Amino acid sequence: MKKHFSVLTWLLPAVSGLIFIGLWYGVRVVSGLQSWILPTPVEIMAAAVHEHTRLLAAAGHTALGALGGFLLAAILGFFTSLLLGLSKSLRASLYPWLLMLQMTPVIVLTPIIMLWAGPGMPGIITITWLISYFPIVANLTQGLLSTDMNHVALFRMCNANRWQEVLLLRVPAALPYYLAGLRIAATLAPIGAIFGEYMVGNASGGTGGLGFLVYSYNTQIKIPALFATALTSCLLGFVFVAAVAWLNWALLHKWHDSYERADH
Amino acid sequence: MESVPPIVKFTSLQKRYGVGPVVLATIDLTVAPNDFISFIGPSGCGKSTILKLVSGLSPGSTGELTVMGVKPREARDRQAFIFQDATLLPWLTAQLNVEIPLRLRGRPVAERQTTARKMLELVGLAKVADYYPRQLSGGMKMRVSIARALTLAPHLLLLDEPFGALDEMTRNRLNEELLAVRAVSPFTALFVTHSVSEAVFLSNRIVVMAANPGRFHAEVAIDFPYPRRPDLRGQPDFQAKVNEVTRLLHEVEIPPSS
Repeated sequence: MKKHFSVLTWLLPAVSGLIFIGLWYGVRVVSGLQSWILPTPVEIMAAAVHEHTRLLAAAGHTALGALGGFLLAAILGFFTSLLLGLSKSLRASLYPWLLMLQMTPVIVLTPIIMLWAGPGMPGIITITWLISYFPIVANLTQGLLSTDMNHVALFRMCNANRWQEVLLLRVPAALPYYLAGLRIAATLAPIGAIFGEYMVGNASGGTGGLGFLVYSYNTQIKIPALFATALTSCLLGFVFVAAVAWLNWALLHKWHDSYERADH
Repeated sequence: MESVPPIVKFTSLQKRYGVGPVVLATIDLTVAPNDFISFIGPSGCGKSTILKLVSGLSPGSTGELTVMGVKPREARDRQAFIFQDATLLPWLTAQLNVEIPLRLRGRPVAERQTTARKMLELVGLAKVADYYPRQLSGGMKMRVSIARALTLAPHLLLLDEPFGALDEMTRNRLNEELLAVRAVSPFTALFVTHSVSEAVFLSNRIVVMAANPGRFHAEVAIDFPYPRRPDLRGQPDFQAKVNEVTRLLHEVEIPPSS
């Protein structure tokens, strides 16, 4: 019964995917739209193969910017959350401003960031950081505040000092929250980097990233290549999410209830 | 003749939270070394508060409380607390959980490991030392919790309904094991429970408490000698004590009609 189900978990998406591609061809044939408005999957794949050197180089560039911004957000987010989670007065004085930063659309801040950080990789990393920072801080701060009060009492009974309480209790207890924040950030980081590259245009240096390719293919009306860029961005996003999912598994599967197996 | 200094001494102790209602009204109690005292009574009678006061987790309002001759907080190195749930850290193995009190006091790794291993053997869990809490049953978790509490060989053990969430068979077995462990590593115990038979089986003194405000209603001496064997539960003397405590509980739970 269980085996039957696991076959369905890949068979069903495959069938729905085939139906979708069939509909795609159907629309193309019935509507008579031209290739540059609605390319077929085969035309997109052909464009991807044709442009693969540019796409791969651009994907590498974007991955670098996304990773830089993501790591910056993960590190700064960790320390910001420690400050917010452990001091009530710091939380009260800083949180509203963090919220305000989050509420300001990045698109509005982009020219200012480019002006201050410079138009190349520094600007792209800053934008990526800005977009993925808040979910990490919000999650981890909540986690640091959710420590089991009996565990805290246990530590107090053992005369634990403040540092021991933070490092041996509050931080490990908040780890699942931190990882949840990182998971959201991982979906946002490639988007942030591509957006940054799109905004800086050809000033992003080198080959430019996927965001620059979007700009470039669009002005050249290379629509199948644009679709191929979308596909590449999507794959890059998956790589980020998969990496964090692996980290999540590596750190939690032994003890956390979310990985509870049926045989226990 | 000079009497032995008490382990815990309450002198006219009163507890209220701020200007709220009185939680505990004028408690007087002297706990002698090796006493096993159970506190039993309706909810809201302040029996858990007594343990919080002794552990120094919560301060008294008026009156005096000394633990081993000093203020509660200063006696923390010689006492341990066992909570209602096992309060194991889920990200640590059983072994590392038992090591926590030693780790927090900066003891060397080698000492931590040998002591924790010895304590796990004492509660019969050496085989699952490397298991995580979620892999253990409720009874096993509580045994790990007991092992953890005993790592520093405390003079005084505070137990807040430790077996309340377990089924009766497991509870009975853990009662027997607790007394067996106590024979190896002696301690004075203050034990909060809702179970009369558990209190009679474990204790040499039972304090029956009343609520609103929390106060002592009566004290019953249980003088069956230790070690106590499981078949004690079937004896008429045991049943008589259970009946006596149950009757006292009825007095405080059903107030006389006015």
